[in-house]
Amino acid sequence: MKRLLRENRDLALVLAGLLLLLFASAATVLLPPAAWKSPFSLAVAVAKTALVAAIFMRLREHGGLTRVFAAAGVCWLAILAVLSAADYLTR
Amino acid sequence: MSGIPMDRAAYEAEERAATNRLGMWTFLATEVMFFGGMFVAYVLYRSSYPDAFAVGSRTMELGCGTANTAVLLVSSFFMALGDRAARKGDRGALRGCLVLVALLGMAFLAIKGYEYASKVDEGLIPGRGFRYPGPPQLPLFMTLYFAMTGLHALHMILGVCAVAWLLWRSSPRRHQSVPVEPVAIVGLYWHFVDCIWIFLYPLFYLIGR
Repeated sequence: MKRLLRENRDLALVLAGLLLLLFASAATVLLPPAAWKSPFSLAVAVAKTALVAAIFMRLREHGGLTRVFAAAGVCWLAILAVLSAADYLTR
Repeated sequence: MSGIPMDRAAYEAEERAATNRLGMWTFLATEVMFFGGMFVAYVLYRSSYPDAFAVGSRTMELGCGTANTAVLLVSSFFMALGDRAARKGDRGALRGCLVLVALLGMAFLAIKGYEYASKVDEGLIPGRGFRYPGPPQLPLFMTLYFAMTGLHALHMILGVCAVAWLLWRSSPRRHQSVPVEPVAIVGLYWHFVDCIWIFLYPLFYLIGR
């Protein structure tokens, strides 16, 4: 296992980055309430997901077609969210 | 024997693997939509009842949520490590990684079970038994909490079963070849379930504190 970890330092670095991001977002609860805290927590979640998708799920290595399929789910979700919010907010 | 049939076999194997991966990504896109409806419901209700949802967030156990996020991130790391070991044909390293992934998955479920039990004790279960003092929309927050984390936990249970199957499939006594493609496919599923939790964590544990 030690050899495996030594040979895959790039994955270990990504894990360290992910844990750093996690503790950065968790540490915000120690600060007084502020408007920037919620967007910051969500931005950290987006950054963590991007790292997991690009490196752990190997999206970076795959061809354009796989990336299109991966992006499709997010696009449909965005359409669902925008249409739902448009209906809800204009009632 | 000429080299051409071998090249064709390798080509067909690579084509099959690419098709499998694309099929898994398509399935994951449907899963995004599956969870997406609940995420949208959460955002709309949160914007309608921000105070009740802030009270709800403060009833969550931050230590459990943070520990569970760390557990899942580490499990994803070992799954990625196992994927690389499988591609190199290193059966021992692959099986070691899979054991760690399964144990971390079970640790996540144990922490989640502890959290659910504490919610029962505090009277935070939506329905007649709800007795926690707070705004009238607090049960709505708890309903979304149990629905979304419960669905995620169900995916985790399926993930642990899939990893257990990979352990059986990679046993040297049963199969001569290392299961490269099944590890990649189950790995995609595992990482996706991790990504869902990455968003559940700030929505339920951080926002509003």
